[in-house]
Amino acid sequence: MNHLVRFFFIIAISSAIILYAISSLNTSQGYSGGNTVTVYNWGDYIDEDLIKKFEKQTGIKVIYETFDSNEAMMTKIEQGGTNYDIAVPSEYMIDKMRQEDLLIPLDHSKLPNLKNIDPRFMDLPFDPENKYSVPYFWGTVGIVYNPKMLNGKKITSWNDLWDPELKNQILLIDGAREVMGMGLNSLGYSLNDTNRKHLLEAKNKLDLLTPNVKAIVGDEIKMLMVNEEASIGLVWSGDASEIMYENEDLDYVVPKEGSNLWFDNMVIPKTAKNIEAAHKFINFMLDPKVAAQNTDYVGYSTPNKQALKHLDKEVVEDERFYPTPELTKKLEVYENLGKRNLAAYNELFLQFKMHRK
Amino acid sequence: MENKLTRNLYKIPYLLWILVFVIVPIALVVYYSFFDIEGHFSLGNYRKFFTPVYLQMTVSSFWYAFLITAISLIIAYPTALLLTKTKHKQLWLLLIIVPSWINLLLKAYAFIGIFGTYGAANSFLKVIGIGQQQILFTDFSFVFVSVYIFIPFMILPIFNSLNELNPTLIDAANDLGASKWTTFRRVIFPLTIDGVKSGCQVTFIPALSLFMLTRLIAGNRVITLGTAIEQHFLVTQDWGMGSTIAVFLIIIMVLIMVLTNTKKRGV
Repeated sequence: MNHLVRFFFIIAISSAIILYAISSLNTSQGYSGGNTVTVYNWGDYIDEDLIKKFEKQTGIKVIYETFDSNEAMMTKIEQGGTNYDIAVPSEYMIDKMRQEDLLIPLDHSKLPNLKNIDPRFMDLPFDPENKYSVPYFWGTVGIVYNPKMLNGKKITSWNDLWDPELKNQILLIDGAREVMGMGLNSLGYSLNDTNRKHLLEAKNKLDLLTPNVKAIVGDEIKMLMVNEEASIGLVWSGDASEIMYENEDLDYVVPKEGSNLWFDNMVIPKTAKNIEAAHKFINFMLDPKVAAQNTDYVGYSTPNKQALKHLDKEVVEDERFYPTPELTKKLEVYENLGKRNLAAYNELFLQFKMHRK
Repeated sequence: MENKLTRNLYKIPYLLWILVFVIVPIALVVYYSFFDIEGHFSLGNYRKFFTPVYLQMTVSSFWYAFLITAISLIIAYPTALLLTKTKHKQLWLLLIIVPSWINLLLKAYAFIGIFGTYGAANSFLKVIGIGQQQILFTDFSFVFVSVYIFIPFMILPIFNSLNELNPTLIDAANDLGASKWTTFRRVIFPLTIDGVKSGCQVTFIPALSLFMLTRLIAGNRVITLGTAIEQHFLVTQDWGMGSTIAVFLIIIMVLIMVLTNTKKRGV
């Protein structure tokens, strides 16, 4: 018994020593106290040189942490115990976070660089007047394809996928909105359609696609496309640019019928301790040169109109990632359709998955 | 008196455990199953379960779980029998169990590589002249990988019951003139039926609600009840429907346990 007590005592003492050591280490590196800003971003989604540049310019220390899904990010902020000053959720999450009262309104007077953002990307339905968020990067949903495997055939439209020659050639991302959206778009309906008849029509049309669908997968789609497991994939443009970087044979297209337009956005969550520094960081990231350098590194499309001037012509004129104005008009942002409508989307998507070849 | 008191004290951790980790969660699952997506009390989820979509899903879950269990058993029984006859049986057993220490996700990813269009399995098929086939994202690959994963759990209980079998009984059967097949059918198999039963239980029940493999290996071409639960909880956030499916899974599992156990009493 005595032995046991001593054992627990030693563990308790050593834990206390380690905790003390960590906290003193943190203070010596300037991690606590007023002058830090904690940024919570997606993995590999910023040029780290810019963080150093920001620290040098402002004297504010940046603590950088990453997440890999919107849901995980929201849970961590919801539960508290964290002090993130900046987070970067996708647009559909902003609506949710606002409803749950997890966001702090932005002070636009502290963000003079906001004027650099393309007006097309301001004041969008998920955040009217950009009260809570500033777009960070944007992109589309489209088709990544391998011309070599398709004998040079070009894909330009959603309806091209229904070609009987493409038997067993298509990989789809496992997302109800994306796949149902493809069905709706191919019929000329809106991505945010909630008319049950239209949804059913889209599902019936998707059922006809089944012989061409090889699999419906998650993030593995990137690896599978790079390994030429299939010749066509339904992906987000961000994934497409990564896939095309790994395998240069592949090409990406936003179908002419229109598609989804998505945004990742900088916000200040309720957990923020240093709201002043958070504004400074957002303003810094909106600087044209900084945004250009960041875009160069990340490879996604920037909403910063002034930054485009500092980027290579080749990049800016790539219509796959900066679609023409006519096509952009046909792109739609996902609206929060409410639980009941989303359930209908998911139910139909489940039925589509169960449709056997 | 004091003896009784201490005995009751010892029961506390066990009872607490059962209450917090068994009774309360099951009660919560049942409770949630009575609410629709907007949080109103309703029996709609149960009605929805009896629509063709979910009934078909139940049937296909059963079919795949049955296939996985049957194939595992067919492979595991002879293997276990062989193991008991080898010299270093504990070593051989260990070699079979070792793969189950590796994370399921890693194994699934390894199989994506092996079964892929340019993977090892297809290179082999090319060499022997069959030519390239689609292996990944088929029913075959799903059942194969599931059997691979469950086989150690099937072998272990069968091996144990075979190992405990009194060898003199087999000698006696031989002396009395039974052929090898009769000995197996009338002596060995009936005496190890308990091992077979627990092996089937630990395989069939988890196989019924497999979900990760359905996406990674079967590319969502196989949809089980487990897949539907995952989707309802994580994507749709329709906890009610997810819980309803879980309730049916619990009922089915209890039924299986009861059915396999009554037979034991009959023997």
